[in-house]
Amino acid sequence: MSGHDSKYFSTTKKGEIPELKEELNTQYKDKRKDAVKKVIAAMTVGKDVSSLFTDVVNCMQTENLELKKLVYLYLINYAKSQPDLAILAVNTFVKDSQDPNPLIRALAVRTMGCIRVDKITEYLCDPLQRCLKDDDPYVRKTAAICVAKLHDINAELVEDRGFLESLKDLISDNNPMVVANAVAALAEIQDNSARPIFEITSHTLSKLLTALNECTEWGQVFILDALSRYKAADALEAENIVERVTPRLQHANCAVVLSAVKMILQQMEMITSTDVVRNLCKKMAPPLVTLLSAEPELQYVALRNINLIVQRRPTILAHEIKVFFCKYNDPIYVKMEKLEIMIKLASDRNIDQVLLEFKEYATEVDVDFVRKAVRAIGRCAIKLERAAERCISVLLELIKIKVNYVVQEAIIVIKDIFRRYPNTYESIIATLCESLDTLDEPEAKASMIWIIGEYAERIDNADELLESFLESFPEEPAQVQLQLLTATVKLFLKKPTEGPQQMIQVVLNNATMETDNPDLRDRAYIYWRLLSTDPEAAKDVVLAEKPVISDDSNQLDPSLLDELLANIATLSSVYHKPPETFVTRVKTAAQTTEDDENAEGSEAGYSESSAHTADGAASPPTSASNVPYAGARQPAPAPSTSPPAALVPDLMGDLLGMDNSAMVPVDQPSTPASPPLPVLLPAATGQGLQISAQLTGQDGQIFYSILFENNSQIPLDGFMIQFNKNSFGLAAAGPLQIPQLLPGTSAATLLPMALFQNMSAGPPSSLLQVAVKNNQQPVWYFNDKISMHVFFTEDGRMERGSFLETWRSLPDSNEVSKDFPGITVNGVEATLDQLAASNMFFIAKRKHATQDVFYFSARMPRGITFLTELTTVIGTPGIKCAIKTPNPEMAGLFFEAIETLLKG
Amino acid sequence: MAGAASALFLLDIKGRVLVWRDYRGDVSAVQAERFFTKFIEKEGDPQSQDPVVYDNGVSYMFVQHSNVYLMAASRQNCNAASLISFLHSVVNVFKHYFEELEEESLRDNFVVVYELLDEMMDFGYPQYTEAKILSEFIKTDAYRMETSQRPPMAVTNAVSWRSEGINYKKNEVFLDVVESVNILVNTNGQVIRSDVVGALKMRTYLSGMPECKLGLNDRVLLEAQGRTTKGKAIDLEDIKFHQCVRLARFENDRTISFIPPDGAFDLMTYRLSTQVKPLIWVEAQVEKHSRSRVEIMVKARSQFKERSTATNVEIELPVPVDASNPNIRTSMGSASYAPENDALMWKIKSFPGGKEYMLRAEFSLSSITAEEATPERKAPIRVKFEIPYFTVSGIQVHLHKHNYLFYFMISCGEWHDLYINTITCSIDPVVHPPSLSQNCFPLVLRFPN
Repeated sequence: MSGHDSKYFSTTKKGEIPELKEELNTQYKDKRKDAVKKVIAAMTVGKDVSSLFTDVVNCMQTENLELKKLVYLYLINYAKSQPDLAILAVNTFVKDSQDPNPLIRALAVRTMGCIRVDKITEYLCDPLQRCLKDDDPYVRKTAAICVAKLHDINAELVEDRGFLESLKDLISDNNPMVVANAVAALAEIQDNSARPIFEITSHTLSKLLTALNECTEWGQVFILDALSRYKAADALEAENIVERVTPRLQHANCAVVLSAVKMILQQMEMITSTDVVRNLCKKMAPPLVTLLSAEPELQYVALRNINLIVQRRPTILAHEIKVFFCKYNDPIYVKMEKLEIMIKLASDRNIDQVLLEFKEYATEVDVDFVRKAVRAIGRCAIKLERAAERCISVLLELIKIKVNYVVQEAIIVIKDIFRRYPNTYESIIATLCESLDTLDEPEAKASMIWIIGEYAERIDNADELLESFLESFPEEPAQVQLQLLTATVKLFLKKPTEGPQQMIQVVLNNATMETDNPDLRDRAYIYWRLLSTDPEAAKDVVLAEKPVISDDSNQLDPSLLDELLANIATLSSVYHKPPETFVTRVKTAAQTTEDDENAEGSEAGYSESSAHTADGAASPPTSASNVPYAGARQPAPAPSTSPPAALVPDLMGDLLGMDNSAMVPVDQPSTPASPPLPVLLPAATGQGLQISAQLTGQDGQIFYSILFENNSQIPLDGFMIQFNKNSFGLAAAGPLQIPQLLPGTSAATLLPMALFQNMSAGPPSSLLQVAVKNNQQPVWYFNDKISMHVFFTEDGRMERGSFLETWRSLPDSNEVSKDFPGITVNGVEATLDQLAASNMFFIAKRKHATQDVFYFSARMPRGITFLTELTTVIGTPGIKCAIKTPNPEMAGLFFEAIETLLKG
Repeated sequence: MAGAASALFLLDIKGRVLVWRDYRGDVSAVQAERFFTKFIEKEGDPQSQDPVVYDNGVSYMFVQHSNVYLMAASRQNCNAASLISFLHSVVNVFKHYFEELEEESLRDNFVVVYELLDEMMDFGYPQYTEAKILSEFIKTDAYRMETSQRPPMAVTNAVSWRSEGINYKKNEVFLDVVESVNILVNTNGQVIRSDVVGALKMRTYLSGMPECKLGLNDRVLLEAQGRTTKGKAIDLEDIKFHQCVRLARFENDRTISFIPPDGAFDLMTYRLSTQVKPLIWVEAQVEKHSRSRVEIMVKARSQFKERSTATNVEIELPVPVDASNPNIRTSMGSASYAPENDALMWKIKSFPGGKEYMLRAEFSLSSITAEEATPERKAPIRVKFEIPYFTVSGIQVHLHKHNYLFYFMISCGEWHDLYINTITCSIDPVVHPPSLSQNCFPLVLRFPN
């Protein structure tokens, strides 16, 4: 059954469009059809054929189903660019939705739902209403999905016209496909609504479980996914549900199996009987293992999920480690994930076999895989105390092969093993030292230097070894320089002889004079001062006992793990990140706290996890914050949790590391400001010091308006302020002017601010972290929220024409919208004035049925423009805000700002 | 938790969009193409080859088939497992329609491709992927009729895989068992892992809506019926059924009952992880002489009963990349050097049980090699063969020391011409490569696949 459609792609003659126009208007059916095919072919290769809109739509009234489908396809693509002409198609759509042929009825409704043009949408309601009650299940199942489409375009319409009720009725439909699609549609609508719409009762539950047995594989997935949100009332109900879901584990489709596993795991939380739980674990193991026989892409998804499952229920696959052994022809991404799981399943019982495998992998050709295998051996050593010695001997064997990157990787992990088991395996240092010359990677070098410094007293020629590195000190990467500095100091403290004394002088000179790395310089100064004032104190600090590191292979935070397990089979479970960190198309614009760039699912790796520690704070990976322990990798923090405590050292690091000119001493009298400001540091937290502050914009300049109130018993002076890196690069543009504050007094000031000074990486966030210090108290940290509207500039006003042009020129993907159901616009004038005061400029207004649509423009420094469309019914709650901007990543923040503005 | 695809892309090998279907209007073809072409460019970096990738607010999931990529894009937290299996189903549907799914066939049939994409997915939700039923109402030019068709009942029926009104003069059923054995052998020649993946392949040519039942001598089932299981029963580790099988019924009373699709399908796949002795054991010894010559000696021994014979035995032996001037002798079969695979192919038409054959080969090597010790490519030795059912004693495939007994019961009882075809075991163990970097070494065996 092969076609010859490719001929439609090759129109070489000049004047293609006029030619097509002519053909489209011919009276011959076949020629017309061919012409439409040519148009679609042109559309497929990306040519703009929107100018043929009228001519193509004229072909819509046809008996020929194929031609009709092509015209519909054309409409889906171009209706948006020709909204006024799209109305031409409405009549045919409505007529088709009543066609005797169910195929055409469904096609009409399906296509209308895909055309996101208001005029079409209005006319969709009646046909949709009919189709939801159609006799033919094929039409009903299409209509069910169409309700979700309509909700996506216009949620209110769906609620007003009672479509939600009709959709809920479809859950009781006698056709399983209709039920499945209704469930999918309801689940999506629920996701985009704040109030409960689709609540699964025990009644719907049993209906859905019945439908589960009869619908297609895809429908089974919809139902299982929706049901996994159901919370069973008690253990008995949970057991009953599980009993009806377990047969799905035998389904040939991996997605059905994974969704069933998700649901069983959710219900297992309710089940109290250990026998039942054990039995379920036993039942789930074989299907999970079989997933590894699926196509590699599915294996990958399965492995990422198994990684989560074994963290919560380690017993499930405790005896199955062999199935995770890598096959020769596994794609590299499958091998990498298998390795992760092998580490998690490694135990005293199977470690010998696992080590044999790792050793095998460490001699393969793929460098990244080899490195990961070497690291895996190290992680097993740290995890399993009794196996540590065997792990080390494997590492030593690998070092003997003398493959450069294997050696370097081995040294990195051996350093961690030394940290984990101090005074146990140092006898191998001599072997390590043999490879000294071959090290050329910073991390390996830094690790080796750390080892030399840490065990300087046991290495006879430690000074010589370190000296060999010193020659190249200025050229070394920061990581190595920091380690060299610390190691030399350690050496000096342990062997205060002439050699080391000279070396320390050289290093300190180098690290203070010759460098512009603030971390290195500050660390060197601290050492220098310590050594010159109190060498004993220096010993206490530098040679202090280090906290023991632990196994990090179960690194996810329990609450995050819970969330991810509830999302088994979804992208969230593949990325190991909660959905709100990567979902960009949500109505309730969620704050992203994570660096999305890392979402490729690589963060599970050991090495990456240490980098992770740093990237949140945007300070160099070797932050000065952990001076004595800098050589050790710390357990990775769970990605979701960023408690203030974790931020403190990094912020502190920034404080220390910043150029001193940014530190603003306080010695001048203040200029008071008026309105009540939000309290950011309550007196209870600030030992009596209360700070209230807010960003304000005045005359094109941004200020941070701050009020200090001293409720403590002592006078406070020497106030300084520092802002951490943030999405807008906000920083103080002038000095903070606060006089000495006597107990019971207060002072207010307007601190001028500058934009784009210290930008943080990662997705935009409204978080502004502030540190304030004075001479009497510890440094106070607090968080403020940046409301974006203060940045809107006065040059944001646009001409109608240029507004329209900009709006059209931006692709649809740059359009983001959000509903504010709780906000009411009462007075148009007042609202416009209010927005104009914040530099949101009114462009135009149009009436659309009962709704008013307003257009605004706003601009931020650096030419970041926001084109805004507000749709509302005056005096009724609910505003829909749609924006187009070249910087859609800022949309979340923009919505926050506009919400603040509209709330007034 | 709900989520669906935003768009589906069919891309060429360079990542350019061939055909795409926009379901939600929030991911553009330009955006996807820009991401994917860049992504393919930096292939080689294993981190970036993950089949699920996040880029600039959009998650992409893709699979490759010949010179075409199929990619789904989503801005939501969609079900990745479902979308990826859907992509594989799309591949199957296209293959059913165009025989071969490749760039040319997509171009040649873009009209049907659009129609299919519209039918198989709606608003990013997978809808229907039964190729056979789809082809009843979406036809390519050659078969297209002017009158508009109606959706077959099957599209929305509980039995979504079979049309009504099928009629055959002669009702036939064929049943094949195809198994492959994966064995992993460590450096000491010990089998450390072996598992059998089998498929019950059915071809049914039956009229109407036939109710079929299949019984197997599964231990649990036999014991439940109070029958002795001595020697005859098998333990299946995990069974997966075609969607036509009523899973709840199987869970209840272990009966496999179903209305089969018309034509060929895999009724059931299963997995056993019991120890299996490799049926053909291959040992290789490699000797490198003075960096310029390598000598390979291979012994292949059949470890099954003498009355059985393996046929079409193919042994693929990896050789160094720089090997040339082959000089090969074999005690049985023929061997040829396949430089395109860096391998030596040894073919033996018929290999009776309990026999041992030898191969000896010599290659010249380019004498210039890098001084530094770089690990060599370690490809496995692969062995492929079939042992036809009838040569094995009865239906019991005693090669595996498991007895499989499949008996067929068809409840309608109107058909008399039931054929149970030969049961074929295609067993495909792979032997791990001898590492060629040492002069002489013990056998290193490893059997993926």
